[in-house]
Amino acid sequence: MSAAAAIGVDVGSTTCKVVAIDGAGALVDRRVEPTDPRIERQVERLVGEVRAAAGRDLPVGATGYGRKRVPGARALTEITCHARGAFARAGRAGTLVDMGGQDTKVIRIGPSGEVVDFAMNDKCAAGTGRFLEVILGRLQVPFEGLAELVAGASRPVPVSSTCTVFAESEVISLVASDEPLDGIVKGLHVALASRVAALARGVPPGDEILMSGGVALNGAMVASLREALSRPVRVLPDPQLTGAVGAALSVLPGPAAR
Amino acid sequence: MILRRVQYEAAAHAVGPFLAALEDWRQRRRKRPARESPFAPPLESLRALKDMMMVHYLSGRYADGAVPVAWVTSGFPVEMLRTLGYHTVYPENHAAICGVQRIVPALSDAVEAQGYSRDLCSYVRSDLGSLDTGKSPVGRLPRPDLLACCTNICQTVLYWYRDLARRFDVPLVLVDTPFIYGEPAPHQTRYVVDQLEEAIVIAERVAKRPLDREAFSETVRLSREGSDLWGQCLDTARSRPAPWTGVDGFFHLGPVVALRGTEACNAYYRTLLDELKDRVARGIGGLKGEERHRLLWDNLPVWYATREITTLLGSQGFNFVCTTYTNAWAEASSLIDPADPMTSGARSYSQIMLNRDLPNKLRLLERLSREFGADGAVLHSDRSCKPYSIGQVDLKDRLARDLGIKTLLLEADHNDPRSWASELSANRIGAFMESFS
Repeated sequence: MSAAAAIGVDVGSTTCKVVAIDGAGALVDRRVEPTDPRIERQVERLVGEVRAAAGRDLPVGATGYGRKRVPGARALTEITCHARGAFARAGRAGTLVDMGGQDTKVIRIGPSGEVVDFAMNDKCAAGTGRFLEVILGRLQVPFEGLAELVAGASRPVPVSSTCTVFAESEVISLVASDEPLDGIVKGLHVALASRVAALARGVPPGDEILMSGGVALNGAMVASLREALSRPVRVLPDPQLTGAVGAALSVLPGPAAR
Repeated sequence: MILRRVQYEAAAHAVGPFLAALEDWRQRRRKRPARESPFAPPLESLRALKDMMMVHYLSGRYADGAVPVAWVTSGFPVEMLRTLGYHTVYPENHAAICGVQRIVPALSDAVEAQGYSRDLCSYVRSDLGSLDTGKSPVGRLPRPDLLACCTNICQTVLYWYRDLARRFDVPLVLVDTPFIYGEPAPHQTRYVVDQLEEAIVIAERVAKRPLDREAFSETVRLSREGSDLWGQCLDTARSRPAPWTGVDGFFHLGPVVALRGTEACNAYYRTLLDELKDRVARGIGGLKGEERHRLLWDNLPVWYATREITTLLGSQGFNFVCTTYTNAWAEASSLIDPADPMTSGARSYSQIMLNRDLPNKLRLLERLSREFGADGAVLHSDRSCKPYSIGQVDLKDRLARDLGIKTLLLEADHNDPRSWASELSANRIGAFMESFS
């Protein structure tokens, strides 16, 4: 393993990610934990661990909602960092769908890894990981085996509400009406994917979509998105860490840094 | 009646100016530490602007019973009312003052409790709420004798003014402007001219005097001159650096909206123009630091968060140099011909941007971007103003594709801070700024 050259911190609404990358941008260390309300303390501890493993002080880049509470770090928005991380990982320009806990972003990445344009869900959680988390929790459906459950559903049960609170009530009614659980869960994924597809309008047909964020770990969501967008969706390696990698790249000494 | 008239004239010409001068003197004496800001010192004209608007609203308190009073939509051909001696009140302008003062949630709560939907325009909710609660930053608005509504800015005004007509039990004159695709057809212009003639008859009856057509032409001339002067003020921002910011433009808009067609309005803009030209000559910009990027703003301002937005952008060297909103008043009366006020007025007021098709708006955005050298655009997707916001996603794509301009769609509401997510918006503005590097 090559030596760590920069640290990236992504303090998201759900998880806190800290990574170290080497001079070529490859991942050499990582820490992922649920976000602690006492962000400073958590970040200090995790960055300390990564620094200790590297054996030296390293520049820190920070992103996510808690980025301004990371002392001594260069703070950049998640949009810029996800674009940089995705560009480094995919090695090309394109369209990135980042689905996180609190928001979903569609980012158009230019030929130098720059943000050309972006769109985000509005002030509503219905297009995000939190939406799935809340409703799957209510249905007591575990994350493990979710993709298989959805793939095995004979048909999606339509879920029309686009608000997390109303969708929860609707789902309870559907359960009470004896609709099949796997169909309801599939319906939820279809509803969510259609909202993301609306954000991704204007992407040239046939272009492969890149995907990052914690929700990309949910195979059922990736499949639903592929169907809603009618085009291939490529999940980036370690999708949850894309933003943190981008933050680290932004402070990487030398020509790779921007 | 006579006593009331004396009070009104005294407020307009003696008490108002005296109180304004007193306030100026107090402001000068107050030694407040300068607020940390990325902006250049305010324009000297700002004081005259505040004085003028203060006198306008103060005299308005004594207008009912003294002179005929009309409540008017911002796009109404006001020249006829001005000539007939009406004191005009612009509920939209009053609502914006409520927005700046951040009292809209309380006003809106009052009307929502009566069953008015929160999805209604926040200007409507602000003004109806102000009527119901009696709360107003300007003290009080005079009771109208006439309501004058023109649908060239939206259809909501029709229902808003019908509601007002029911509340006040006064005549409502309506000028319905057909939506213009391409250029106005002769029959469309005739339709509007006919309505203007009908409106004049009602306005004359309420004012109890006939319209002096010569004086009408003179008001039209003043109105056109006011629009032209306002346009020249805006054009000074083509210079690098721009001598002011978009924020300045939003606030200095007051006279051309509320006092269009008066010599006082035009005198004010002559003073402002001189000051802006002087700033250009001396290379003074609207920002304290370097003007690194020049932006276009589309849609109404976010009245309660204008400073927040522009401070965030200004601190990184981003300045709004042009806005489609302020430009609308440079165009409002630009086609009016004093020799033929009716036909030219009908054509001019029908061709307001909001009453024209999307290709026209795209051409406007492209023209402003080119002429003002904008390299970025912020399009405010206004929850309360659908006619202004529709098509913005396509406009945004076209600006980016055809002109290579960086764009941001910012979701907000022009007057209701409950639809404003400060942190989320700051994040989007932050990402927008980062995309320039």
